[in-house]
Amino acid sequence: MDILKQIAEALRQGEDESVLTLASQALASGIPPKSVLDDGLIAGMNVVGDQFRRREIFLPDVLLAARAMHAGLDVLKPHLSRNGVPSRGKVVLGSVRGDLHDIGKNLVAIMLQGAGFQVIDLGHDVSPEAFVDAAMDAGASVIGMSALLTTTMARMKDVVELLRQRGLAGTIRTIVGGAPVSAEFARAIGADDYAFDAADAVERVRGLIEAR
Amino acid sequence: MRAILRFTLAESCPDPAEVLRSRDLPDAPDLPVRARGALEEALARFADLSEPRAVFEEIPATVFASVLGDVDADRSVVAHVFPRADALALFAATVGEPVCLEIRRLFARGDIVLGYMLDTVASVAADRLSDLTTVRFRDALGPRNSRRTRILPYSPGYCGWPTTGQGALFEQLQPGEIGITLNDSCLMWPLKSISGVLVAGPLAAHTFETDFPFCDACATRECRARLATAAAGDELWTS
Repeated sequence: MDILKQIAEALRQGEDESVLTLASQALASGIPPKSVLDDGLIAGMNVVGDQFRRREIFLPDVLLAARAMHAGLDVLKPHLSRNGVPSRGKVVLGSVRGDLHDIGKNLVAIMLQGAGFQVIDLGHDVSPEAFVDAAMDAGASVIGMSALLTTTMARMKDVVELLRQRGLAGTIRTIVGGAPVSAEFARAIGADDYAFDAADAVERVRGLIEAR
Repeated sequence: MRAILRFTLAESCPDPAEVLRSRDLPDAPDLPVRARGALEEALARFADLSEPRAVFEEIPATVFASVLGDVDADRSVVAHVFPRADALALFAATVGEPVCLEIRRLFARGDIVLGYMLDTVASVAADRLSDLTTVRFRDALGPRNSRRTRILPYSPGYCGWPTTGQGALFEQLQPGEIGITLNDSCLMWPLKSISGVLVAGPLAAHTFETDFPFCDACATRECRARLATAAAGDELWTS
């Protein structure tokens, strides 16, 4: 097995020490850092995402793989371009105003980072203005919002409305998720998409960014 | 009647199977070895750091009506239910600040597996504290408790009771005594805390149609599950 496949497999197994060692070996053997990233780390993480979507593995497997991904990135960062790790797009994430639940949102952030997206995580209890301002400041293409409460999910609409008011609808796309949230709700408030879980969020965000 | 409760670790710490079940994870033998290790470590850290406490205070219906303010029975389950209650108590419970700070620290330093496991353990523990407080309130009811009594907690943020309702609840209950505070958005610190009202009454008092304005948009229908559990006579509905 070539070393990039070994990296992908070690990442899939969540073996962070192996990923770190193999990534160092790959660089030392002259493989370009971008190849190690794309054909080793991200390739492995894509397999993990697919397996998670098919319910073949469970969330802890994904988290272990994500931790291994970070170990590999730590090796690559000094060797990548001046701009650091190439990004597949920028995503602003947060739990909406009045909602303190953020474990689901954290998982989405981990999965998106694993898939090569740059994530600006605003945490929980995020106001509509903070979402939109952060997206504008970072040049993000997508705002992802999470809510666990039926009483706070309505705040998602405030963000969608604020984007419209600022003439940013269509430029900055919105995606929503969380236990009480549904695709019907997303459509009703004018959000661009809905994600069922963290793995789905990666595919949906990818779709939103590619559709621009 | 007001009571401050302190719980033992044996009472408050969830068992591994309960933690895994709460996240729809398989039994421990089917988890990756490293994830199993993280779960064991999370339970150990919870044991070291948790400070499980709760407070409850029985209040008359008139006082609870003022806590609810303008939240009316057409827009909120709890406003619909409480007039039929035999007894009401405001409550708040927390696993304590050190556990919450540790979860934050773990995520900040990239230890996401252990962070996730400790977050899950603390969430399950907070629900368990709610259950335990319910049991203590039942005990405190004395002869007013009967075989037909069902006690369910209702919390701000759920089923039409806005999180901003926590302001009035905290003003009445004063849970600062056990270390729980509110921020400007009416969110609790420590994060792994739970608050609300314990409603004691027959099952019929808790029953309602899911035709509230928020029901169509709600994808969980957890209210049905806990009513079914209460109907079966199981008090610890969150377990």
